[in-house]
Amino acid sequence: MVEEKHTISLLVDNQPGVLSRISGMFSGRGYNIESLCVAATMDPLVSRITLVTRGDQLIIEQINKQLNKLVNVIKVHDLTQTDFVERQTALVKVRARPAQKAEILRLVDIFRCKVVDVSSTHYTVEVTGTDEKLEAFLDLIKPMGIKEIARTGAIALPRNKK
Amino acid sequence: MEVKELKLTGARILMEIFKEEGVDTVFGLIGAAVMDIFHELADTNIQHIMARHEQGAVHAADGYARARRSIGVCIVTSGPGATNTISGLASAYMDSIPMVVFTAQVPTSLIGNDAFQEVDIVGISRPCTKHNYLVRNIEDLARTVKEAFYIARSGRPGPVLVDIPKDIIQGKTSYHPLPTPSLKSYNPTYKPNIKQLKKAIGLIKDAKRPVMLAGGGVVLSSASKKITEFARRLIIPVTTSLMGLGAFPGTDDLWLGMLGMHGTYRANMAVGSCDLLIGIGVRFDDRVTGKIDTFAPHAKIIHIDIDPTSIRKNIQVTIPIVGDCKMALIELNRLLNEDGLVIDKEKTKPWLEQIDKWKSTAPLSYDQTDTIKPQYVIEKLYELSKGSAIVTTEVGQNQMWAAQYYHFDRPNSFITSGGLGCMGFGLPAAIGAQLARPDRLVVDIAGDGSIQMNIQEMATAVQFKLPVKIVILNNKYLGMVRQWQQLFYDKKYVSTDIDVAPDFVKLAEAYGAIGLRATRPEEVVPVLKKAIEAPEPVIMDFWVDREECVYPMVSAGGPITDMLLA
Repeated sequence: MVEEKHTISLLVDNQPGVLSRISGMFSGRGYNIESLCVAATMDPLVSRITLVTRGDQLIIEQINKQLNKLVNVIKVHDLTQTDFVERQTALVKVRARPAQKAEILRLVDIFRCKVVDVSSTHYTVEVTGTDEKLEAFLDLIKPMGIKEIARTGAIALPRNKK
Repeated sequence: MEVKELKLTGARILMEIFKEEGVDTVFGLIGAAVMDIFHELADTNIQHIMARHEQGAVHAADGYARARRSIGVCIVTSGPGATNTISGLASAYMDSIPMVVFTAQVPTSLIGNDAFQEVDIVGISRPCTKHNYLVRNIEDLARTVKEAFYIARSGRPGPVLVDIPKDIIQGKTSYHPLPTPSLKSYNPTYKPNIKQLKKAIGLIKDAKRPVMLAGGGVVLSSASKKITEFARRLIIPVTTSLMGLGAFPGTDDLWLGMLGMHGTYRANMAVGSCDLLIGIGVRFDDRVTGKIDTFAPHAKIIHIDIDPTSIRKNIQVTIPIVGDCKMALIELNRLLNEDGLVIDKEKTKPWLEQIDKWKSTAPLSYDQTDTIKPQYVIEKLYELSKGSAIVTTEVGQNQMWAAQYYHFDRPNSFITSGGLGCMGFGLPAAIGAQLARPDRLVVDIAGDGSIQMNIQEMATAVQFKLPVKIVILNNKYLGMVRQWQQLFYDKKYVSTDIDVAPDFVKLAEAYGAIGLRATRPEEVVPVLKKAIEAPEPVIMDFWVDREECVYPMVSAGGPITDMLLA
């Protein structure tokens, strides 16, 4: 069966140990987490976890059921079956040689990024968007020399029905 | 006048909740961190069974829960006391046994300090419990313990661990009894979907060669009578998994015997040829299905289980039904009544005749020669106990022969570590079962290997005057692994010869129990009789044929219709 990428949004009790129950379920059953984001929601007792995983239809079904089975998981929403928006952010520290400064800034402009830190030798660029946008930006900026990079996992919400 | 609010210690609050939850027996072992709980326990009516090892305490609580159809409670100390519970928790988790295990923890101020007898038991036990808790504030204690009982008992049952730091056990707070908790994140589905049930009835009507497969879920939801009514009414032959033995009468005409790796020939062949398989309270474990691609290849499958993750985990099904087995069977029986379905006996005849043919082709059998055959011991035990004993087992050949040759007519009478296959389970489980059912004969069918894994619990049986009977099928081997070595590893018996062992008769006597031995076939019946009549715990040491194998057998991962018959 075909492997598919799925973005799953979870509402969970905001308690110690909940994240390890979830990551333990994945590692114990041999499933893979590609990315993971956790933060509290408006309700301080509830956190939202957005995770991206990959598997065939049966594995994805098991992942959804196994997540639901965990006592601290309040709601499981596999967004991949719906229309949803997804964002990631990366901070990229790129080498800024005098000859390339203009080119970097042009790319920053095209991709609607922001320069958030400037030194005599480097720019730190904040880029936000889908996985595809980040990859495209990184491909173009790579030849300039990336010194360091920090990326978030994906966060996502379903689109409101129009 | 000012009303002074009464404050209770954490230990006292536990006792209050035990009372509310109807706990009358707890199993455990004392230690430094936990001693305040035992100190309090001594002032209650609750019976405390002191085991000699924490693993024994947890298995005993498991055996108690199964024989009593109730919940098992176990209390142990921090550190090694807690880690020793892991095999027991894992076994109960695999077999869905309701249990609450309390572990003491070092004081909250020391947690994370690598203190003496500190261990992160919540971290360690996370994958082998249904849920677990570390209590961080005494104000949370009562709610947490109530939740633990509720989660352990409800839905698909399972063990829950509650870790309580010593300062919380000793601390004080006000206490008011709490109602049964409701959790927004935990809400098991009991009531099956009626549309799915109606579809199931449709398939049942069309089936020409139906088979029913019952599992441990039928025993757990007390649905044996309902499944028997259902099967008899529709004239559907029934097989079970190891955990399902006793769910359907083992002496009924529709009984096929157990399914799977050491199932009967007719059960495996019937599943291989059926056009409809109704799985109830089973999870289609690999020991039942063998090679998945060839499992029930001609069948539409109806699968009823309370745990949605059990459905479509291992096999594809035609009609999935999530719900309680008993509620589903009551509804199915009701739908049949509404429908007024009458089974045409002529229609079912060819299928039942075919099954009879398989039965006579390869019945369970052995040749009793001049050495004792293990199967013979169990057959005689079955006859002498009139089939009414509660049988616990260890794991391996002893377990399979017990499953094959003791015909269970009643549920909650066969108590075995099915999923985990935990050697050392049988003796402590027998102790728990005997406490739960003082009126019943309780027998642990053991091997000489596995009995040594928790033999220390003989002292518990003697101390609490529990007349459990231990049948050791002594072949001086780790028999099941030796059987695999014989069949698949060129008879290279590596690490399975355990000829160096204690004299089990003397060992029984050393514990203050009775020890009996049979080395020849004619001694089997007198030894069994003497043991059954004795009011004390008894170890029976049967010197059986060393190289007897369990047949039939399906090789691991092979199709279940491809059986080695002898």
